[in-house]
Amino acid sequence: MQPLNLTACEMREAIGRGDLSAREATQSCLAAIERLEPKIHAFLALSPQDALRRAAEVDERRARGERMGLLAGIPTAVKDNFCTADGQATTCASRILEGWKAPYSAHVVERLLGEDAIVVGKTNLDEFAMGSSTENSAFGPTRNPWDLERVPGGSSGGSAAAVAARMVPLALGSDTGGSIRQPAALCGVVGLKPTYGRVSRYGLVAFASSLDQIGPLARTVGDAALLLQAVAGHDPRDSTSVPQAVPDYLATLEEPVEGLRIGVPKEFFGTGVDGEVERAVREALGVYERLGAKLTDVSLPRATEHAIAAYYLVATSEASSNLARYDGVHYGHRAGGYADMIDMYMLSRSEGFGDEVKRRIMLGTYALSAGYYDAYYKKAAKVRALIRQDYAAVFRQVDVVMGPTTPTAAFRLGEKTDDPLTMYLSDVYTVSCSLAAIAGLSVPCGFTRAGLPVGLQIIGDAFSEERLLRVARMYERETNWARRRPPVCEGKS
Amino acid sequence: MPISREEVEKVAALSRIRLAPDEVDRLASQLSSILAYVGKLSDLDTETVEPLAHAVPLRNVLRKDEPRMSLSPEEAVGGAADAADGFFRVPRVLDDGTAA
Repeated sequence: MQPLNLTACEMREAIGRGDLSAREATQSCLAAIERLEPKIHAFLALSPQDALRRAAEVDERRARGERMGLLAGIPTAVKDNFCTADGQATTCASRILEGWKAPYSAHVVERLLGEDAIVVGKTNLDEFAMGSSTENSAFGPTRNPWDLERVPGGSSGGSAAAVAARMVPLALGSDTGGSIRQPAALCGVVGLKPTYGRVSRYGLVAFASSLDQIGPLARTVGDAALLLQAVAGHDPRDSTSVPQAVPDYLATLEEPVEGLRIGVPKEFFGTGVDGEVERAVREALGVYERLGAKLTDVSLPRATEHAIAAYYLVATSEASSNLARYDGVHYGHRAGGYADMIDMYMLSRSEGFGDEVKRRIMLGTYALSAGYYDAYYKKAAKVRALIRQDYAAVFRQVDVVMGPTTPTAAFRLGEKTDDPLTMYLSDVYTVSCSLAAIAGLSVPCGFTRAGLPVGLQIIGDAFSEERLLRVARMYERETNWARRRPPVCEGKS
Repeated sequence: MPISREEVEKVAALSRIRLAPDEVDRLASQLSSILAYVGKLSDLDTETVEPLAHAVPLRNVLRKDEPRMSLSPEEAVGGAADAADGFFRVPRVLDDGTAA
């Protein structure tokens, strides 16, 4: 049995039956990581000794007949903007937090450990989750396992690449404007952004507090459902965590949605979409039609360009406030050679933050400043309300909305770094879902002729994750995309 | 509306970020083009729309006002560059009138 070829669900069953030990599963993943990391750089920190020790404990407890958690023995990775108090640093891929050890662990990390997952390391990201390519990491980019000259997407590029390259079957990411869904699409894996409030943000280093959400990345819909099950639910430590019961996502996953009504927004198929991406997505829609779903043309008039505009005002405004805490006083980098307190703040921040972070802080500060607040931040917040209304109207007619997750497949490293706006536009189909605070996922729906993955985005109303997963599973059952392995994985295993 | 060099410097000061002269120019250009793009929001009529800051129906979620354990002072200041006795140490802020 080759543990690396098992899905997380298969691994869980194999471990449960005693056909595979947690130790073997973890050792296989650590070996794959060692072999592939020099080429991919998905991780910023690895804790192999701790992982093996925990795996041995899981095996011992299982042998004693103890009841095991949902993720028992499954190697898992977490994005490096989640606090982990286990000795690993939490850097957010920034020099301002280089080497910083969090004094507490994020709620989702506690949930992973509580469900007996084996956390093997922290994955790379765009600095403070700001970016769409992982090129904004202060510690070097991550490469797309399907083509090492291309980006894995961002900001959860490390998590997406780690899963796509079969280094780990499960990873957690965070999504503020598309940072789980876009890298999932570019790396050919499943990525889900839950409804705002579904998963606790306690211990997630904040970027934009009204938008940030944590979600799963995995090779299959079932695996994503498994990981979401483990981390979803109310947490009193996050006052934006919604006290809504978590359904049993796995229990209903195989039930197709009878009479499924799919809305296809014309705005998601504009001139910016690459021809091969559009073809793959329309073929996927064809599969749904053959399964009995009804496709309806709908309109989300403010969900693309206006959503990008609103997002880059709202998110940057919130970021300018959230990142004010990095001042060289409480944690992280403090510059030397300062003349006074203000000078210390300025030097520490200027030395510690990368260009994109500085750019967004400046944009947000400007948008909130006296004389500009109404025209920029407040206007964007009003447009956000309109976008939410647009989705509400559409969900009165249809159950889900579908379209491409991204306008193109993975672009080359360095291709979009000259012009920030070009990079921002890679999020054109993902930001509206975040602004409306509803749920969305990306599921693989094919490859371009160059062998690059294409993602189908499925968006559902608030707290419709259970249905979203079933809808995605309907398509996945008819197709085989998850079987294909990136070329970099071929060779001795 | 393009953003001038002076405005970039003013915003940088508010953000407590120090920029090199060429960074100021580059940011002025990049921010101007981003601001031109976000200006398309003025196409939309939002006269009767309430701003949406928070999309879930929760208000003022508070816990009971009961003391409970949190981080110890040592843990809380443990990540700082300069800390002592459970305090963060910072450069002098106030001039107390004695020799500097």
